[in-house]
Amino acid sequence: MASARSAARWHWKTPSVIPGFGLTLGFTLAYLTLIILIPLAGLAWRSASLGWSDFVRLVLDPRTLGALKVSFSTALIAAVVNVIFGVVTAWVLVRYNFPGRRIVDAIVDLPFAIPTAVAGIALTAIYAPNGLLGSHLAPLGIKVAYTPLGIIVALIAIGLPFVVRTVQPVMQEISREVEEAAASLGASRLQTIFRVILPGLTPAILTGFALALARGIGEYGSVIFIAGNIPFVSEIAPLLIVIRLEEFDYGAATAIATVMLVISFLMLFLINFIQAWSRRRFGHAQ
Amino acid sequence: MRNEHFRNPISETAPVRWALILAVLAFLALFVLLPLLVVFTQAFREGWSAYFSALGEPDAVSAIRLTLLVAAIAVPANLIFGLAASWAIAKFDFKGKAFLITLIDLPFSVSPVISGLVYVLLFGANSVLGPFLKSHGLQVVFAVPGIVLATIFVTFPFVARELIPLMQEQGTGDEEAAISLGANGWQAFWYVTLPNIKWGLLYGVLLCNARAMGEFGAVSVVSGHIRGLTNTMPLHVEILYNDYNIVGAFAVASLLALLALLTLVLRTILETQYGSELSATQKH
Repeated sequence: MASARSAARWHWKTPSVIPGFGLTLGFTLAYLTLIILIPLAGLAWRSASLGWSDFVRLVLDPRTLGALKVSFSTALIAAVVNVIFGVVTAWVLVRYNFPGRRIVDAIVDLPFAIPTAVAGIALTAIYAPNGLLGSHLAPLGIKVAYTPLGIIVALIAIGLPFVVRTVQPVMQEISREVEEAAASLGASRLQTIFRVILPGLTPAILTGFALALARGIGEYGSVIFIAGNIPFVSEIAPLLIVIRLEEFDYGAATAIATVMLVISFLMLFLINFIQAWSRRRFGHAQ
Repeated sequence: MRNEHFRNPISETAPVRWALILAVLAFLALFVLLPLLVVFTQAFREGWSAYFSALGEPDAVSAIRLTLLVAAIAVPANLIFGLAASWAIAKFDFKGKAFLITLIDLPFSVSPVISGLVYVLLFGANSVLGPFLKSHGLQVVFAVPGIVLATIFVTFPFVARELIPLMQEQGTGDEEAAISLGANGWQAFWYVTLPNIKWGLLYGVLLCNARAMGEFGAVSVVSGHIRGLTNTMPLHVEILYNDYNIVGAFAVASLLALLALLTLVLRTILETQYGSELSATQKH
């Protein structure tokens, strides 16, 4: 640690009088490696040992592709719905004063705190054909539970806080003067919102969208109860991993997991890129 | 009220405002409050005695006990990690810090099922370590150690994520003053840093605990679903539900829902009382 004494030399750590750097960083890296990195590397190694042709064959298996398609399309639709309602929710919470605002603000976080399995069985009880809402929707010919629509409902419920919580702090920092300037220059309220306010919020909205999408693709607990789990129709990729594991088909489980992992790393990279770009462009951290 | 028709140019008209507020309330009621309500109405639909006898059933009791045990190991482990990581990251400047933070966040973007799968591949019967573990009579997967590991993986970032931005905002001035006045590292941490971060720390621990007790997907993959032995509360909910034991499933689920509500109430109290002592950038 004390080796970085000469200021002329390149050093990877700025000298500091505070002790404990070696201990805490060492522990952090050791714990991170043991708990996260080695297990993930194990998955990658297992996947690589399948061999390229086997890996491709397992990934291009029609049922695997079907499950990935179900996971992606439902997560995409849910994330879009969450962007729309998330931005409106954040706007209402930041800009309007109404009785119970603090409670509503707390309720937004409920999906983060509620265990996914609990949300899953509750949503199924609501939307099943004999359920609270399902029994009223059935005569109209709308089936929610045990269809892809049920998956979308579950993912909307789970993903709501992501957009609200990423957009809200940025919205709070918008200075009202720009809006006054736009209004005094003759812009209508809608023009101000779409041309002045929303562009500044775009990075936060994109980050929230990517977080909700990533969560939706990987989500398991809240979905499996309501989905019906019919292959090619309402079977999600995480469930197919579990099914393959129960069949002791570790190769197929590994291949699907690797594809999903690569996708989530790409999304993580995308989120970091959006945030770095937004810092450069707008000068705030979100 | 000189001009009745005065409209605030930087806000929406009252009807638009109320329409948006009502839309948000309806959306939250439908997707968040109604499911919560249904958990309790289903749990109590056959009365109090059915509810309590469902909770007193031996398998339910052992599931509750296992959940508490797993959280009692996973939360302190991630608490110590969170303190170490935030001390290293917030109090020092070094190359590769941003990358390290990204790595700490990694478990948030991994599907819970994959978080369990990696341990099955590492410690399971046909893994590299499998024969070694078996010859020494150790079982990790389909046993409690696997459940603990999967829970630690899933709740890994919670405390660190809460503390890093908070400690970065607070800077290093206080600790440097303490050190220059003769305190050693532990004293600086115990008497200077810890009082500054205690509410943020509690907040992180609350979130970590809620997730640790409620985790389903990761634990489901490594548990093996042995009743009375490797079933946590969320897994027990699933088994009861699939057995069409609706009161039992929702009774156990209601305990988890109460835990979530308690977490949120404590969170709201922390934010109103000590908002300035929590980090400004709360995510997840």
